[in-house]
Amino acid sequence: MQVWDKFKGSLWKKEINVADFIINNYKEYKEDESFLEETTDKTNKVWSKCQELLKKELEKGILDVETNIISGINNYEAGYIDQDNEVIVGLQTDAPLKRIVNLYGGVRMAEDALRDYGYELNTEIKKYFTEYRKSHNNGVFDAYTPDIRKARSAGLLTGLPDAYGRGRIIGDYRRVALYGVDYLINVKANELNNVILDINEDTIRLREEINMQIRALEELKAMAFRYGFDLSKPANNAKEAIQWVYFAYLASVKENNGAAMSLGRTATFLDIYIEKDKEEGLLNEKGAQELIDQFIIKLRLVRHLRTPDYNDLFAGDPTWVTEVLGGMTKDGSSLVTKNTFRYLHTLVNLGPAPEPNMTVLWSEHLPMNFKKYCSKISKLTDALQYESDDLMRPLYGDDYGIACCVSAMTLGKQMQFFGARCNLAKALLYAINGGIDEISGKEVVSGVTKIESEYLNYDEVKASYDIMLSKIAKTYVDAMNIIHYMHDKYAYEAVQMALHDTDVDRLMAFGAAGLSVVADSLSAIKYAKVKPIRNENGIAVDFEIEGDYPKYGNDDDRVDSIAVEIVTDFSNKLKEHKLYRHAIHTLSILTITSNVVYGKKTGSTPDGRKKGVPFAPGANPMHGRDKSGALASLNSVAKIPYKGVCQDGVSNTFSIVPEALGHQKEEQIINLVNIIDGYFKQGAQHLNVNVLNRKMLIDAMDHPDKYPNLTIRVSGYAVNFNRLNKNQQLEVISRTFHEVI
Amino acid sequence: MSGNIHSIETMGLLDGPGIRVVIFMQGCLLRCLFCHNPDTWFEQSNITMTSDEVVNFILKYKNYFVNNGGVTFSGGEPLLQSDFLLETLKKCKQNGIHTCLDTSGVCPIIDEDILDYVDLVIFDIKHIEAEGYFKLTGYSIDKSLAFLSLCQKKSKLMWLRQVIVPGINDNEKYILKLKEFIKPLQNIEKIELLPYHTLGKSKYERLGIDYRLKDIPAMDKDKCQKLEKILLDKIHLI
Repeated sequence: MQVWDKFKGSLWKKEINVADFIINNYKEYKEDESFLEETTDKTNKVWSKCQELLKKELEKGILDVETNIISGINNYEAGYIDQDNEVIVGLQTDAPLKRIVNLYGGVRMAEDALRDYGYELNTEIKKYFTEYRKSHNNGVFDAYTPDIRKARSAGLLTGLPDAYGRGRIIGDYRRVALYGVDYLINVKANELNNVILDINEDTIRLREEINMQIRALEELKAMAFRYGFDLSKPANNAKEAIQWVYFAYLASVKENNGAAMSLGRTATFLDIYIEKDKEEGLLNEKGAQELIDQFIIKLRLVRHLRTPDYNDLFAGDPTWVTEVLGGMTKDGSSLVTKNTFRYLHTLVNLGPAPEPNMTVLWSEHLPMNFKKYCSKISKLTDALQYESDDLMRPLYGDDYGIACCVSAMTLGKQMQFFGARCNLAKALLYAINGGIDEISGKEVVSGVTKIESEYLNYDEVKASYDIMLSKIAKTYVDAMNIIHYMHDKYAYEAVQMALHDTDVDRLMAFGAAGLSVVADSLSAIKYAKVKPIRNENGIAVDFEIEGDYPKYGNDDDRVDSIAVEIVTDFSNKLKEHKLYRHAIHTLSILTITSNVVYGKKTGSTPDGRKKGVPFAPGANPMHGRDKSGALASLNSVAKIPYKGVCQDGVSNTFSIVPEALGHQKEEQIINLVNIIDGYFKQGAQHLNVNVLNRKMLIDAMDHPDKYPNLTIRVSGYAVNFNRLNKNQQLEVISRTFHEVI
Repeated sequence: MSGNIHSIETMGLLDGPGIRVVIFMQGCLLRCLFCHNPDTWFEQSNITMTSDEVVNFILKYKNYFVNNGGVTFSGGEPLLQSDFLLETLKKCKQNGIHTCLDTSGVCPIIDEDILDYVDLVIFDIKHIEAEGYFKLTGYSIDKSLAFLSLCQKKSKLMWLRQVIVPGINDNEKYILKLKEFIKPLQNIEKIELLPYHTLGKSKYERLGIDYRLKDIPAMDKDKCQKLEKILLDKIHLI
C-alpha cells in the first residue's frame, strides 16, 4: 500500500500492531507550548452553534431523541452541525445531540428514560423487542439467583450493568486509520476460515462473534460512505486519519450505549500523520489545531439516553470518552508529541469541559515542559486527571488505554467485563446485624450470627465481617458471570470487538465503595469504645463512640493498615471464584458520584457517620477527617495496593485552593508538578486535581449562569458543575479543600 | 532530646522552596500585632516529639521534595529551642533533607552552630527602625539586627520577608527606606512582601487575648504587589 511506504518499521506491516507503528514513527516533543495556535473561524462557527445547542440541552434535560429508529452502526442518515465549516464530520444520529434509543440492553430502562423526558417509543419497535426478541436484561433476570436479587435491591451491590450497555471496552480505533477496514476484515476472515476450526462450546460462540464483527466492519464502511468517505483503505493524510479514527469511534457509540466508552490513546498516533503532512507542506499548525479542535468538539457531543435514576448514580451525563496522554515507552523516551499539547490546548481554545476525559499518564521522566503545561491546564480548567504510568507500564506495556476512569488495559489486546461495585460499609453493618438490612429490616444475607455485645469487640466484628465478605464475594461473582454471559449473548459489541485481536484477554473488574467508612469504623471499634444503639428488633441503627481513634487520611499506619487489609481480603475472596470466559479478577476503589447514593442507602456506621450521609468518593478519606495536611492524606491513599489487588484502579480526588499552592503563578505550577510527582513515587495510581475555592462553588450553586463552563473533577471523571443535582453539589462542597493555615 | 511542637503541616507550599513539611515550634518572645499564630507564643505544648521522631516523620514525605523541597522549622520562634533544633537539623542533613529556618532571629543566646545546618534562612524583618520594631513586636530591634549580621557573616542564603500592614508600613516612604536597608545585604535570593490578613482573629478570641489590630482591614493584595514592585526594582538578587 502506497501510504505505508511513507512510514518506517516492518513488523506493523506484517501483523496488526499499532504500537509498533507508533514507536517507529513518532517524534517526541520536549519543548513548551509556545507553538500552539488559536481556533480558526471555521471552528468558531461550528463551536458557537454547539454552545447554543448545549445551553438548550441543559435547560431541557435532553435536546432530542430519535424514537423511530433503533441503535446501530448504519441506521441513521448523515448528520451535520454546520456542514460548510466542519472539517471533521459525523454524528450519532442525523442531528447534533439527538440521542439514540438502544433496546438491546433492556427495554424497560429505555422506555423509562423516554417517558421521563416526554417521549414515547415507536409502537412497532416496542413490539419487536417485547414479543419477538429478548434483551440482555431479560436474559439476566432469567438467570439471577435469589441471593443476587436480594443484594441488588438492598443496595449491597449497586450499578450492575444489567439493564443497559456494560461499556468499558475500548476498540483500537486507530487500526481503521492505519490498516483500512478491508485489511481488518481479511484478517478476521482468515481466522474464521483457517484457524478456529476445532469445534466446541467456546469456538462456536467465537465463530459466531467473528462473523458479527465482520458484518459490523462492513456497516462501518457503509456508515462512512453516507458522509462521502471510503474507509476500505488506510488513511492517506492527517485529516483522513482523524476522520477514520473518529468514524470507528462513532460506530461504537451508535451501536452501543455502554456506561463508559473510552477513545483510547490517539494523540501521538495522529501526530505521526500531522508531522508527515507538515513535512510535505500540506498542513500548517493552524490547520493541525483546527482538525484537533473539531475532532474534540465531536467527542464533546456524544450522548446516551439515561434515566434520571442513572443520573443520580453517575451525575452530569458522563460518557467517559477517556483519552490517555503522554506516558513513556519501554525504552525510556516519552510519548509526548506536539499533538499531546494540542489535545490539552482544546481546553483553552474551546473552554473547559468534562469530555473527552483527558487523562495524563504521568511518569517521573516526562519532559518538564510537558509536566508544567499539564499543571497549568489543571489550574486553569480542573479538567485533568493523572495516572501513574510508572506503575501501570510494567503491567500493561507502553500502549494501553484507560477505560472509564482508572481501568487500564492494553489496547486491542485486552477487554474488560465491567462490574459496578459492592457497598463495603453496608456489608460491615450486615456483619454486625446478622445479615439483616439496617434500613428495611429484611434479611439480605443468611447464615451469619448477629453480634449482641454491649460494646463492639474488634476481633468479633472482624471475624463476622470476614464471613460476610466471603458470602458477598460469591454472590457478587455469580451476578457478574451471569451479566456478562447474557451481555455477550444479547448485546454483543461487534464493532468494538472487531477492533481487538480475536484472541483477547478478558479482565473482570469488581468494585468497592465505602472503604474509608469501613477503615474508620473498624479503627473506632479497635482504638475507641463503640456502643451500638439497637432498635426493638435488635438491629444496630446508630453507634456511640467514647474516645478518639486514628482516622484514615492522616498517614497513620494503625488505621491505614486496616484499609489495606480489607481490600486485600476482599480481592482474595473474589479470586476464590471462577470467572466467565477465563477472565482475570481485578478490583477498583472508585465510586464516580455514586458515593452520594450509597451513603443515602446506608444506615449510621460505627465511625460516627450518620444514616444517609454520603461516603467519601473513591479511596478518599472521609471529608474533614484528613487533618494532618494534604501530603498525609495523599500518603494514606497511596498505601492502597494496586498491583494484584486493586488493579482496576484506586481513585483519589484532591482539591486545593490556588493560594495554598504558592505565592506566585510559576511557583504554583511547579508545586503542583511536585505534588503529582511525589504522590506517584509513593506508589499511588490515580489523582484528580481541582484547584479552586469552596466559595466559588457555593456561588456557582446559587448563580449557575455566572459559571456556564465550571468543570470539576469528581471521582475518575470531570463534570460540569451545573449538571450535578443539589445533593451532589453539596457533597462536593463539603469535601476537604487543602488550604493555607 | 524532645521538643515542644505546636503542629506540623505536611504540605507547606508557602514557606520556602518546593514542597515542605513545616514544623511549627512552640514559644516566641515577640508579640507582633499582626501575628496570626498567637497559640504558638507560649512554651507549653500538646505535642512533644524527639528529634528522631521529627526526622522520621519528615522522611515519610521525602518523595515530594524534588526541586529543593524539604523541611521548614517555623513557629513560634524555633531558635528558642536551640538544643533540640540543632540536634534535629543535624539529623536532617545526615538524611539529605533540605533545611529551612523561618525566624525573626530573636533569641537571648544564639547557638551559632545552628546556621551551619541550615540551607536557607527565611528572615522576617518586622520593621527596620528601632521605634517601629518595638511598637510592632514589643521587643528591641537589637537581636534582630544581630542575627541578620550573623547570617551575613556566615554567608547564609536568605529570603527576606516583610509583612505589610495598612496604616503602619503600607507606604512608599517605608518601602524606599526598606530598599536602602536591603541594598548592602549579600546572598539574598528572594524578597517577599506579605499582605497582612485577618485569618488569625478567631484564634485570639478562643485564647481570650485582646486583638489589637481589630480595626485594621486586611491589606489589599494588589497594592501590596505594587509596593513589592517598587521594592524589587533594581535590587540585586542572587
